[in-house]
Formats: sequence, structure tokens, C-alpha cells
Amino acid sequence: MTREPVLSIRNLSVDYGLGDAAVRAVRDVSLTLHRGEVLGLAGESGSGKSTLAYGMLRLLPPPGVIRGGQVTYHPRDGEPIELLSLSRKRLRRFRWAEVAIVFQGAMNSLNPVHTVATQLTDVIAAHEPRTTAAARRARAVELLKLVGINADRLGSYPHQLSGGMRQRVMIAMALALEPRVVVMDEPTTALDVVMQRQILATLVELRERIGFSVLFITHDLSLLVEFSDRIAIMYGGRIVESAPAAELYRSSLHPYSDGLLHSFPALRGPRRELSGIPGSPPDLRAMPAGCAFHPRCPKAFDPCADRAPELAEPAGREDAGRSVACWLHTAERVTP
Amino acid sequence: MAVPTDVLSAPAEEPAAKRGRRSSFLRNGKVLTGLVILGFLLVIAVIGPWIAPYDPGQRGDDLLVGPSAEHWFGTTHLGQDVFSQILDGTRSVMLVGIVAGVVATVLAIVFGVTSGYFGGAGGESLSAVSNVFLVIPALPLILIITLSLPETNDLTIALVIGFTSWAWGARVLRAQTLSLRRRDYVEAARATGESTWRILGFEILPNLTAVIAASFVSTVIFAVLSEITLAFIGVPGVSEWNWGAILFWAQSQQALAQGAWWWFVPTGLAIALLGTGLALVNFGIDEYVNPRLRGGPQRARGVTMRVGFTPVLPAAKETR
Amino acid sequence: MTYVLRRIAFYLFTAWAAITINFFLPRAIPGDPVQALISRARGQLDADAVQSLYILFGLDTDQGILSQYWDYWGQLLRGDLGLSFTFFPTPVADVIADSLPWTLALVGITTVISFLLGTGLGVLAGWWRGSWVDLVMPVTTFLSSIPYFWLGLIAITLFAGQGGPFPSSGGFDPGVVPGWDLGFIGSAIHHSILPAITILITSMSGWVLSMRNMMLTVAAEDYITVAHAKGLSERRVMVSYAARNALLPSVSSFALALGLIVGGTLLVEIVFSYPGVGFQLFSAVGAKDYPLIQGIFLIITLSVLVANLVADLVYLLLDPRTRKEG
Repeated sequence: MTREPVLSIRNLSVDYGLGDAAVRAVRDVSLTLHRGEVLGLAGESGSGKSTLAYGMLRLLPPPGVIRGGQVTYHPRDGEPIELLSLSRKRLRRFRWAEVAIVFQGAMNSLNPVHTVATQLTDVIAAHEPRTTAAARRARAVELLKLVGINADRLGSYPHQLSGGMRQRVMIAMALALEPRVVVMDEPTTALDVVMQRQILATLVELRERIGFSVLFITHDLSLLVEFSDRIAIMYGGRIVESAPAAELYRSSLHPYSDGLLHSFPALRGPRRELSGIPGSPPDLRAMPAGCAFHPRCPKAFDPCADRAPELAEPAGREDAGRSVACWLHTAERVTP
Repeated sequence: MAVPTDVLSAPAEEPAAKRGRRSSFLRNGKVLTGLVILGFLLVIAVIGPWIAPYDPGQRGDDLLVGPSAEHWFGTTHLGQDVFSQILDGTRSVMLVGIVAGVVATVLAIVFGVTSGYFGGAGGESLSAVSNVFLVIPALPLILIITLSLPETNDLTIALVIGFTSWAWGARVLRAQTLSLRRRDYVEAARATGESTWRILGFEILPNLTAVIAASFVSTVIFAVLSEITLAFIGVPGVSEWNWGAILFWAQSQQALAQGAWWWFVPTGLAIALLGTGLALVNFGIDEYVNPRLRGGPQRARGVTMRVGFTPVLPAAKETR
Repeated sequence: MTYVLRRIAFYLFTAWAAITINFFLPRAIPGDPVQALISRARGQLDADAVQSLYILFGLDTDQGILSQYWDYWGQLLRGDLGLSFTFFPTPVADVIADSLPWTLALVGITTVISFLLGTGLGVLAGWWRGSWVDLVMPVTTFLSSIPYFWLGLIAITLFAGQGGPFPSSGGFDPGVVPGWDLGFIGSAIHHSILPAITILITSMSGWVLSMRNMMLTVAAEDYITVAHAKGLSERRVMVSYAARNALLPSVSSFALALGLIVGGTLLVEIVFSYPGVGFQLFSAVGAKDYPLIQGIFLIITLSVLVANLVADLVYLLLDPRTRKEG
């Protein structure tokens, strides 16, 4: 796989609120999405994973504010684009054409008073104003076919569709302008397991056919292990571990990743012990000092409560492309 | 909700934060202003007749004169002091508003909560009854009932208004109760065999406090305006110097044509003051119930918060 | 379709309830003071008219209540609302027929305009929160807390009377003869401007407030974020996504609030001596003209019910979900 970046986030920090009252939901996160890959972003609710995704696209509602960092999009040709300094007009033109989103809970993502056709075509009309209405409609039919929905559903209103169908419509809509990046925020949480697999299978197939990159956000690590190339794990607003999916599954380094992996049964391979993680996610307004995970960590030791570990290549390991933020894997610990 | 509500809504759920919210309700500028206005008018309602410089009915020699040191708000065609009349009338206005508000709110709770909690055919028909009362034009209904009564005074008028204006509150409370009934803790209480009255009293009603308060305040606004209107039309029985009655005299004595603006302008402003005070308190309650309405720091430190375009703090543009 | 039928059934039920209230009210109270009025007027009334008033006010006590009720309905369906005392011996139905068109034109049109304008302003105030549009809020708060009729008094003082550009009372110039000609219509419009603006200003503020709040509530819905993410123009997100959805609850509360608004607007007629039913109601109260008061109550109620039904049909057009469930 080529390691050409499409979207890179550097030191992004996102707050809710201003000044002293601000809740720091995303802290100094760096992450790169490469061309054609599926990058999974996992963590418990409140870990900041959705905040990160919406923050980088500047879609967070008030009181969300971006406190610092850079988000750079690398177009096929031409200069990189800094998303955080785009004017409103240019940001609008950028959205959906380059980065589209499939939202959590398609129940509320579709406008209840417009038909599927209207909602599929208005985005085309906004970005390609010179197309004719007939051409847009033909494109909408094509898009629905892509996700396995019959064209006679064009005239339907959202409430007339099943949950799975609504989510397929959302995926069709995301592909309307052939974006290079699709962000999927818990795209299948509201659906039953069979429907989940069906939709993700459709998506994987479409990605192979069309070739876009996916940022896949979910709390369900088992889905990521199966469907993504690389996984980043977030805790308390930071990325604590990032590794290729297979390797993470085989040997996770951060105790938190370990806990997440042991909170669902293995789908294939040898049986693992199920344990889960004791305690509950940290309060973002009163984060513990040092490593945010240390109060829940079974392997916590001296430095954990004092200083927060940096996200870095694990010491003493040769496998490239991994990083972890844990005192267990820093040079100090491994080579005392 | 797609946007990370886990972060946004989590603080509001915790008891500690709730206490904070309550005190922030009182610190809300609108609420505070509203409460100060209402407090002031309540004091006037109690002491008004005593501090009035003249007997409001007492005729004087200065007929229809404008505001002066002796008569702050001027005099009527009989030389009565308008300022004293307004002070004296405050009691009637406030009394009718509060009595009608209490009656209507109690009825709204009875109709709304029972029809929402018990559901079924009974609940549906209770809700149909409140819809009927909602749709029938209130003022004409109040008018024909008042006129049919053999004897009217402030109290009977307050009762008539109370008995005809509970429907809006009932509707809101019913909707709220319906949604509360499906909450886990209420389901759990029912499953463990708690008595219905206990559930209503300890699980449902406390969670309806804000909605009940809002419906009380709205009813008081409505009752005050209705009563003033009745007095203005000349319905008998309303207290002699009710603000509506003052306007009735101003209107019937052609105060307008004679340019006697002082006869109705201060009275109207008094009504507006009361109405604004009540409305401000209601806004505060609305914002408390529905945090989406809260103004918050929409524009602070040069940052404008807008849905769809998350602001980037100025420092963020350079790499730190 | 069932939705419409269900609504019609509800309005028929409400109409029945209003008529029944009207039937029982005078019966719940001893014969006074209606009896007094009837006996005073007996010399001038023929036997039929007396009988009709007896039925309307429950003085035909020798009959059973059911047969009284039956007679009452028969009389209403024939359009017989009794005789007016103020305009003796004109039947109440005729008095109302003369004044209703004035009210329908003034109150009907201004209520609809006020809803549309207020909703439009509310959309802007909700969407551009934090901008100068916020200044609208204190003004609307103040305006929504004063009685309509008082603003009418102020309007007359400022803009009518000696030398003012607008007439202070009446529905048309005394000189013109009512009819469908330009002179009359022009004069009628000239007379209606001041009352219409009074009603507009006071009733509009409520719509501004409620639509603003609905816009703020809707702005947090997912589909709005989706619309922004789609890169749609600001205008399209505001109108077609936010306002279009915020309008739904606003229309249903418009239907419900009609009864309240109409009550307030009728009073503006009193201040302007406008020849509609509100002004008739005022004169009827002054003259203790019970048949006229009751007749006006019935007519206003029925008009509001019809307006409600229209609002329901509009809602049906706006919300595809009701269409489906229908």
C-alpha cells in the first residue's frame, strides 16, 4: 500500500466552552489518514473520538471551539489545503466534495420533510450548479443502485424507510460527489448485527471499487479489527495507541487497548479470556494527573500518576508503524 | 444525535452540576430582572392603597390636568388622582392573576398528569376535553360565563378565568408526563410495585417542576390581561380601580380626544411592566428546561459560535 | 385521509360542546336578568319571538330538559339566534351577518399576515443569533406583554384625530355608501390600516418568539449538521432544512392559539369603533344584550374552528409524516 497521506491532523485540540470553563475534549492529537486505507478510531464514549472527527471538519456545534493545531488535506494535485483557515465559502465548497460523512443514527440524519431524491440531488446542485435536474436525478438513481436500493425509493420520505435502508441512503449520499475521504461515525450502532455486517460489507466493496479512504469511528473494536487497516485508540481526549489492525489484535501494547480487546469474544482464532475494564471513563473536567488511564490501569506503577507519557514508537520493538503512549513501553522503563 | 452528545450532555446529568444549574437559573439576568419587577409590584399590591397620596375616588378641583407635583400622573375628568388609582388597582390585578394562575395550574396538573400517566381511553378523553377548552376562544367564553353569573367580584372573575384557561398547561404537562412515564426509573418503580401515588408524587411531579412553573407564569400573564380586558369592556364586578377599569373610564370619557394622554399611558405602562416581568421569568424557565435556548457565550473574546462552522481560536492558526 | 376525518370529528365535537355550554349557562342560573329584559320588551315582541327567547335562555321550564335541548338545536339550525335588544327588533343573526365580514377581513387577514411576518422574523432571529437581530428580542418581549387595545389607544393618539393621517373610528367614511366600488373599498382600507397595524405589531411578537425558539431547538438536530457537512448554501440550510422543520410545531400552535388571538384582536375593534363583531360584543355587554352576546360567542367559536381546520390542512401539506399515517 502506498503511504501517501490524504488528511493529516497535527496537534489538534478541541474544547467545549471558552476560558476557564472550557472542557478539553481533544488534547493535542496527531493522526494521519493515508490514501485508500480504512483507519479505525476506537474508544469509550466521551473519549473524544467523535469530537475529533467533527472538530477537524469544523462541524462541532456550540460550545465547541478549536483551540489549536492544524488539519491539512492533500488533494490529488495542487497545494495542500489548511482546513482550519479556510473561509466559510471555501469551506462549504470543500465539504462533501472532498470529505463526506456518514453519521451516527441515520434516523435523524435525514431531513424528515424532504424526499430521498431531494436530499440526494441538493448536494449535487450545490457543488455542481451547472448540471441539469434530469442529470442529477439520473445520478441519484445510480447512487441508490450502488448501495442496493431500488430507484422507486427516490420518492420516499425518510420515515417510510427502514433503519438499514436509511443508512444505505446516507452512504449513497456520502458518495454523491465521489469524495476521497469518508468519515463514518458509528454508522451501524443503531442497526441489528445482520444489518451491520451487510452494510459494512457493502462499504468495503464500494471502497475497493471507487477507492476512497475511510475514517471509521466506533466504540466497537471488534468491527474495526475485522474491517480496518489501521486502528487508533483514544482515551481521555488523547490517542493512546496506534497500530495496524492485525498487530493490535495480536499484541496490544497499551493496557487500555488490552482491556478493550478483552471486552468482546474472539471471532476467529483461539479463545481469549473476557475481562473488560474496571471503573468508568474519566471526567473531562477533572482529568487525573499523569496518564489519564492510571486510576483504572491494572499495570500502573510509579511514573504513571506523575507525568503523562508521550505517544511514541514503543521501545525495544522492531515493528514499524506502531506507536503507544505508555510508561511500560518507553525507553526509561525498558532499559532501566 | 450524531454530534458527540456524550460530552455535551453528560455534565447536565450529574447532581452536582444540577445544583449549579439551579443557581445559574437565579443568576440569569432575565430571571433576576423579572423577579425584581414582580417583587416590586407585589409590594405595591400590598401597600398600594396605604401609600396612595389621595383617595382614588375622591374628586378634586383640578379637572383633567396633566402631570404635576401634586398629581404625578395627572387627574381624571372628575379631578381624581390617576397615580392613586393605579396604586390602588395593583392589588386587584395581582390578586386575580395569582388566584387564576393557581386554579388553572392545579387543574392543568390534574388533567395533564393523569391523562399522560394513565393513558388509555380515560387519558385520551381527558386530553380531548382539554383540547376542546383550548380551541374555544377563551375571552368570549370567559365573557359569557361572567355575564351569566348572578354576582361577580374579583374572586369570581379569577375563578372563571382559572377554570377556563388550564388547557394549555394541561397539554404541555401531558406531553411531558408521557415521556417521563417511559423513563427507566419510572418503569423500574412500577415494576417493583411502588404505589401509583408514590410514583406520581416522588418520581413524576418533581421532574415536572419547571414545566409547572412555566405554565403557572403563562396563566398569570393570560389571567391579568383577560381581567384587564374584561374591566376595559365594562364587565361589572371588577374592582373599581383595576387598571382595566381606569382605561375604561379614560376611553368612555374621550380622554383621547381631549389629549389626556396621562390618563392611559402610565396605566398601560404599568400593565406592560407586569407583563414584561412575567415574560422574563418565563424565558428563564424556558432556557432552564431547554438548554439549546440558552444564550451562553455566543460571542465572547472575539469568537462567534455558529452551528456548522466551529470557531477556530485565533492562537490556533499558528502552530503551538 | 383518516387524519382529516379525525380532525373534523374533533371540531364537530368541540362545536357541540360550545353550543351545549351556551345552552346550559343560562339554565344554570336563575331566570334573571334575561327574564326581566324579556318582560320589559314583551309589549313590543310577538309571541313567536318571545317563545324563541324562552327556548334560548331556558325559561321554558315547564318542558323536560331533553325536549328543551331538542328545541334549542332546532332553532339554531334554522339560524334563529333570537332578537337583539340593542338593535331591537333586528334578529341577532342579521346583526352578526352585518358585522362578521368586517371582522373576517380585518382580523382574518391581519392574523395570517402577522403569522407569516412573525415567523419570518423568528427564523432570522433564531438563525443569526448573536447578531444585531437579537435586538428584536427585548422589543418583542415588551410588545407581547401589553394588551392589544392599549396599543390601539396609543396609535390613535399618535396617528389619528385632528390632522392625523388616519381616521380614529369607523369602518368607512360616513359620506360613502357601502358597495363594491372603488370609493368604498378605498375608504374601508384607509380605515383599516391603523387597527390592522395595531393587531400586527402586538400579535406578531408571539410568533417571533416561538419561531426563534423552534429554530434554536431544530438547529441542534442531526440533519442540520448533515446539511452543513454537505456544503449546502447557508440560505438553503436555513430555509429548507431548519425553518422548514421548525415551521411544523409553529403551525400547529398557530391553530391552537387562534382562539386566544381572536379574543385579543376583537378588542382592537372596540378601540377603533370598527363595525365588526368585537365592537358589537362591546355594545352588547354595555346594553346587557344577552342574545347578541351568546350569538357572537357561537359565531366566533365556529369561525375559529373553521380556521383551525384550515390550519390542520396546511399542516398536512407541510408534514409528510401525517400524510402517510393519514
